[in-house]
Amino acid sequence: MATVEKATVSPVTIGGTRGGPDQPTVRKDRWWLQPVVTATVLTSFVVYATWAAFVNKDYYVGATEHRDLISPFYSPCLAGSCVPGSHPHIVLSQWMISPAILILIVPLGFRLTCYYYRRAYYRSFWLSPPNCAVADAHGSYSGETRFPLILQNVHRWFFYLGLILNVILTIDAVVSYNQPGIGIGVTVGSLVLTVNAVLLWCYSLSCHSCRHLCGGQVRSFAKHPIRYRLWKFVTPLNAHHMNFAWASLVFVALTDLYVRLVASGTITDFRLF
Amino acid sequence: MTTEPAALASEPETATAPVADTTDSTVTLQVWRGDPDGGAFAEYSLPANEGEVVLDVVHRLQAGPAPDLACRWNCKAGKCGSCSAEINGRPRLMCMTRVDELPPGPITVAPMRTFPIIRDLVTDVSFNFAMAKLVPAFSPPPPPAEGYRMQQIDVERGQEFRKCIECFMCQDVCHVIRDHEENKPAYAGPRFFIRIAELEMHPLDTNDRRDLVRQQMGLGMCNITKCCTEVCPEHIKITDNAIIPMKERVVDADFDPVGWLGRKILRRSKTSPTETAAISAYPGPSPSAPAG
Repeated sequence: MATVEKATVSPVTIGGTRGGPDQPTVRKDRWWLQPVVTATVLTSFVVYATWAAFVNKDYYVGATEHRDLISPFYSPCLAGSCVPGSHPHIVLSQWMISPAILILIVPLGFRLTCYYYRRAYYRSFWLSPPNCAVADAHGSYSGETRFPLILQNVHRWFFYLGLILNVILTIDAVVSYNQPGIGIGVTVGSLVLTVNAVLLWCYSLSCHSCRHLCGGQVRSFAKHPIRYRLWKFVTPLNAHHMNFAWASLVFVALTDLYVRLVASGTITDFRLF
Repeated sequence: MTTEPAALASEPETATAPVADTTDSTVTLQVWRGDPDGGAFAEYSLPANEGEVVLDVVHRLQAGPAPDLACRWNCKAGKCGSCSAEINGRPRLMCMTRVDELPPGPITVAPMRTFPIIRDLVTDVSFNFAMAKLVPAFSPPPPPAEGYRMQQIDVERGQEFRKCIECFMCQDVCHVIRDHEENKPAYAGPRFFIRIAELEMHPLDTNDRRDLVRQQMGLGMCNITKCCTEVCPEHIKITDNAIIPMKERVVDADFDPVGWLGRKILRRSKTSPTETAAISAYPGPSPSAPAG
């Protein structure tokens, strides 16, 4: 009588003939739409952010306008070239090119190594694969096992640095409610900075690394009840990580644009009350 | 290669397989017919029945115009994972795909692309069973006098992964092996990453599989495009709840300078005292398996 113990395992067949048509995909839906939209939005953001980072002006609305609004692309403004009033006490006086270059390394690194954005740009730019069940555009593939893509593993370090930036942008938002020469009040600009800070916190706290560090890394939740509660808090946020990623990306650009328009005198920052 | 004219194919069907609710409309299936020597889509048109799933239509084909059509199936309830195929180019269970929810026009049904074809819609999925053997088994410590105790929150954590029905559609859609056959010896695939994650998250397990999953099972090959999650019929969050947590655990072990410094100062191993590195027991991919 045959038993499980007596059973022999057949050797695995690797390289056998595959079934199905030998073509990149049989999908009939508009599978190309998602990567095209992703590539379009990401490219638009990169173009705008690059321009905004290098233009090095109109990033701060100061006391002369009875406001204290700074673009998130330029905060904290650490360079010697910063507009008076926009920078903290610590300044790199020798750095005379755009201060945004100093700052944007962190959010750029954080988003570039983000698990969600990796999915987005691997699909839309690298076409590896462009969409599910659509052939990879490359002849060979080693994934994230070699340099430079093995550096994706530094994501959590950008997460830590990003938290520091979030604190600074939160302070910027709080400070914006105090209008110099007028007093405390609410303007459209202060609300814009607040929404921007909230979205960035949501994006950071919903990060997969955050979820892991909060409690995902433990083997036993029962032995780590506080970490379990933290994990329970961030897990629902994590489920919306993609939404927060897009919302915060678009809104941070809109925040910069708003501050820029006010600083250049194109529009007036309306005081609500 | 077997190709039958649609009109010819539909005639025996209406005679041999009475249908409960026929309408004026028809359903056209383009089914892959072939074997390792080659194949092509064969088109069949049958009267459409309300509420049918693709597997129903395939069964009507077998009962009528294509009695020699090879198809693997078992439960017809989305629980056995046997009838995986590529419907309109996307991996789906034939028994869970309603015909009336597909877009109008011919429906293509092809075998899973990643695995060698045996015949028609049947593929050789033994790659998965070979990989399954390489996952170090659950390894609890010797039982304490009062017996093993496990809290409900720890039990619930692994339940999601135990829903896996081994349909292997996640393996099929994963481009790491779907488009790069040469990666198969070094890549376990999403199904086994969730198995490893389940074991790594088990409070009683004593194996540390982080080095194994990174160095031998190809976790780093996954670029998180989430197709495995998209096709999972059990809606297991494969990427978010298994693959990324495993990647983060690998980061804990190998890419975290603070962790490394802490271990140096505290003179600790990256494997905890209760764990055993699983990689020492790993036999490696079969040397007899050709790489290409």
